[in-house]
Amino acid sequence: MTTLAPAPPAPTRHAAAPRSSFVRHAGTLAWRGITKTIHSTEALLDVTLQPVIFLLLFVYVFGGAISGSPDAYLQLALPGVLVQTIVFASAGTGVGLAEDLSTGIFDRFRSLPISRSAPLVGAILADLVRYLTSGLIMLALGLLLGFRITTSPPAVVAAFGLVMVFAFAMCWVFTALAMVVGQPRSVQGLGALVMLPLTFGSNVFVPTDTLPSWLRGFVEINPVTHVADAARGLLSGGPVAAPVTFALIASAVVIAVFAPLAVFLYRRRT
Amino acid sequence: MNGAICVEGLVKRFGATTALDGVDLVARPGAVLGLLGPNGSGKTTTVRVLATLLRPDAGRATVLGHDVVADAPAVRRRIGLTGQYAAVDEALTGTDNLVLVARLLDVPRRAAKARAAELINQFGLTEAAGRRVRTYSGGMRRRLDLAVSLIGRPDVLFLDEPTTGLDPRHRNEVWDHVRGLAADGVTVLLTTQYLEEADQLADDLVVIDRGRVIAGGTPASLKAELGGQALHVRPLLRADVPRVLALMGELGATPVADATGELVAPALDPALLRRVEDRLAAADIPVAEIGLRLPSLDDVFLALTGHTAEEAA
Repeated sequence: MTTLAPAPPAPTRHAAAPRSSFVRHAGTLAWRGITKTIHSTEALLDVTLQPVIFLLLFVYVFGGAISGSPDAYLQLALPGVLVQTIVFASAGTGVGLAEDLSTGIFDRFRSLPISRSAPLVGAILADLVRYLTSGLIMLALGLLLGFRITTSPPAVVAAFGLVMVFAFAMCWVFTALAMVVGQPRSVQGLGALVMLPLTFGSNVFVPTDTLPSWLRGFVEINPVTHVADAARGLLSGGPVAAPVTFALIASAVVIAVFAPLAVFLYRRRT
Repeated sequence: MNGAICVEGLVKRFGATTALDGVDLVARPGAVLGLLGPNGSGKTTTVRVLATLLRPDAGRATVLGHDVVADAPAVRRRIGLTGQYAAVDEALTGTDNLVLVARLLDVPRRAAKARAAELINQFGLTEAAGRRVRTYSGGMRRRLDLAVSLIGRPDVLFLDEPTTGLDPRHRNEVWDHVRGLAADGVTVLLTTQYLEEADQLADDLVVIDRGRVIAGGTPASLKAELGGQALHVRPLLRADVPRVLALMGELGATPVADATGELVAPALDPALLRRVEDRLAAADIPVAEIGLRLPSLDDVFLALTGHTAEEAA
């Protein structure tokens, strides 16, 4: 049989399962992600202890120099450090996916009669829970240290909602990175190259008017600045409408660019 | 084509490399088909195409009558896959790994837990069931991997080098499980680099090299083709080689001495070993090594292709 048959037709991609089983499969895979975090000491510390250390360090190291006292600085910095923590956590999504690629567990998933995108959706769902946990821990610690919420409970919920939307947007950047690079360590390293300028090159830690003008230009278009501004407005008062609008548009742009790219790369990779 | 697995003219290229160059094979329902070949011969690529993980560039493959490309979801419902590197989740416990895959196969939660417990027990993992897989030994991990691939009671099981890297004791354990599955009527496609493994487990064999099938048949027929087992004798003293040659010749054997002082003779009758041993003892010739050996994978490759497995890889 040396005569080659013509190449077979393309498979129909979403024929695997109806919508209800897609939701269940994604939920099962999200359960896997959450269980993994709970079972793994380092992952659990990453979620719980990292926000604590971030907040304590930034408030007590920088507080006196920047705002005159840690107490005053806490009020300025907490909303921004909250954004930073969750952006850092969203890089973990890329690392986790790269691990799954390199261990062969994705092959196992793909040999099962589930939708091809269920493992990706499940991983991101689990990570949203992770981001939210980190954020809540940080807010709780902030309140213990004396942070004052001067707005209403719905505004606090809105602040978290906005930060989660932004983290969801950023996780597509790191997912795309994971699909290109493949190795968990490299994703972590390259992820830091993205995260550090984004989070420190913002108004999270210092007022923008203290910066040199060239840097101010970057800070003013950096979405992290606007998400932090919006979170400040929603938690401790100040302008809300403009930063929230900018943050939502920035998140939408990041999602519009990186989600299709990440899905394309994911399909090619898996 | 009435096989549980039917493959016709399968071609897969990766860039300029042709991994599969027109592979044809058929696995009989309920039989163990051994896919034998060196590293890089196309065994894993074949399994990945059959398990719907890779799309072939040309050719056709069906599993239980379902096309692996056009009807991949139907194939996935009926197969189990155990990869060369155990694809279990290291951060989860053994039980959680089993339950995870059962749930993804739409087994209801309670039934999934019951099935997981059953497999944990069957594969001797009871004590380790609640531990994270990170703490498992290589053998335990491989057994769990096999258990995970069985959770949906597949009709066709792909085992990609299931014992590579395992010590002999764990290898035997895996072999026993494979035999048990075959006895239950599961069709198994097993890839291996080890002739002994193929000989132990496979009902039928396909030898693959450089993306092509170069031989096929039952292990017995292949071995007959290759001359079966051989008697190897290494006298302790090089000076004794001519005497041993003569002595074996008197017993009807046709030994050949190689440059290292080892004598090799085809041994169609296994009793030759005992007769040679007796004569050597009677003649008081000290021997460093004596024994019957199956042709090694290198012997198979040398005989079939003119190059060794090492060269092919």
